[in-house]
Amino acid sequence: MLETANVKNAIEVKNLDFYYGKFKGLKSINLNIAENKVTAFIGPSGCGKSTLLRTFNRMYDLYPGQRAEGQINLYGEDILDPKLDLNLLRSKVGMIFQKPTPFPMTIYDNIAFGVKLYENLSKVDMDERVEWALNKAALWNEVKDKLNQSGLSLSGGQQQRLCIARGVAVKPTVLLLDEPTSALDPISTGKVEELVHELKKDYTVAIVTHNMQQAARISDYTAFMYLGELIEFNDTKQIFLKPDREETEDYITGRFG
Amino acid sequence: MNKNIYRSRKISNTVGLTLSMGAMLLGMTALIWILFILFSKGFAALSLDFFLNSTPAPGSVGGGLSNAIVGSLMMVGLCTFVSTPIGVLAGIFLAEYGDRSKIASITRFVTDIMLSAPSIVIGLFVYAIYVAQVKHFSGFAGTLALSLIAVPVVLKTTENMLRLVPSTLREAAYALGTPKWKVSFSIILRSAKSGVITGILLAIARVSGETAPLLFTALNNQFFSADMNKPMSNLPVVIYQFALSPYENWVNLAWGGALIITLTVLGLNVLARVFFREKS
Repeated sequence: MLETANVKNAIEVKNLDFYYGKFKGLKSINLNIAENKVTAFIGPSGCGKSTLLRTFNRMYDLYPGQRAEGQINLYGEDILDPKLDLNLLRSKVGMIFQKPTPFPMTIYDNIAFGVKLYENLSKVDMDERVEWALNKAALWNEVKDKLNQSGLSLSGGQQQRLCIARGVAVKPTVLLLDEPTSALDPISTGKVEELVHELKKDYTVAIVTHNMQQAARISDYTAFMYLGELIEFNDTKQIFLKPDREETEDYITGRFG
Repeated sequence: MNKNIYRSRKISNTVGLTLSMGAMLLGMTALIWILFILFSKGFAALSLDFFLNSTPAPGSVGGGLSNAIVGSLMMVGLCTFVSTPIGVLAGIFLAEYGDRSKIASITRFVTDIMLSAPSIVIGLFVYAIYVAQVKHFSGFAGTLALSLIAVPVVLKTTENMLRLVPSTLREAAYALGTPKWKVSFSIILRSAKSGVITGILLAIARVSGETAPLLFTALNNQFFSADMNKPMSNLPVVIYQFALSPYENWVNLAWGGALIITLTVLGLNVLARVFFREKS
């Protein structure tokens, strides 16, 4: 297992099993997600990488029949505890999805919506926060003159960055990105990638991606998953230059997957 | 290329097209015929008196439908006011909270029965539980009967529209730490808004033409009355009574009333379409 003793861990996963009804989607996963680093999850479709990501904010809880066993610690707190306040957890662990999901409201309100849930800001402070979040998502210059337009009026790439801004605005500690660029064109993808690089100064980022170049470009650590198992987890450089396991090498060289 | 296959396909194409065009023409003819008769006879009955005077006594001349128009507006208006929150809230419950629970499936089943229940049965029901108990007909009883028809319509469309909202939007809202009630009301209901409004408008259109539920409940009132605890005049029952009467001015008033109801329903349907189109 990867030695991450010199960096602080935001999330520690211990012996995690995950079930979709009777089907076992994850098999005893053990890994650590380092603070203020980007950890990428790669692997063929159905390997469980999104499933794993969705345990970190317990998104699976929305669906009866899905359950996780084992332990996931977020800064020492076991988030699989059934008594845990899920809303509070999700305000600390944000998530960006594959498809842009702007809320049916103005650009400004899209950002302010999440902030209002947990903070009581004055109008001035809220304006500031919205601008800050949109700047973080590299969207401010494009939308500063139309904050009162519907979020749905933006292009796909802009919508996705709006969603990132929305996730950033509530100042979570961890950001989960579930294939955030798979629906975007190369230019928007580039912007989002730059953004991820920028974000890790303040946030811990975990990203699921189908694009191996992307994982190589933006992540510090990479986890390769296959059939619900964590095959290899290491420095991104190590994974792409000299993987330990044959399966990893086969996958990143395109021999299967 | 096999010419026979090509020819037979062309023939079946022509036959199919002819049949469907014929069916379309038949339907359109009936509709246009109805509208033509209604417009020609209805517009002739409209005048200022029509809107200002109450229904005439038997044998007297002139008269209007002001009492029936106001009565219908009040009952349909109150019905909308009552059924909208009940239907929308119940729809939210079914789509967001109940989902597959027992109480949700029972509610769904009962709603489906109510949707197809003959409206005369609903009229009789309200007569039995309300009118027969207080021993007089009233506008409130009429409103109750209309609401029993409107609620299932609003409920069903609300549930269906909420279910059309992609689950990704739901997840995105939860991912911010949004509490469930806020996800339902601020995100899901808002993004299904135009569909829900369409359902409400169609429910209003549906009840504004109902006659049977009002026959046993609001009955009718020859005089102008805005007291909803008394028998209340309304367009459908007036049309029903006047159209079959021997007096010419009554029959004319019935045509005028029919025209007004039709225009209202037409307007509501157009409005519903406009609302629904705005979304897409």
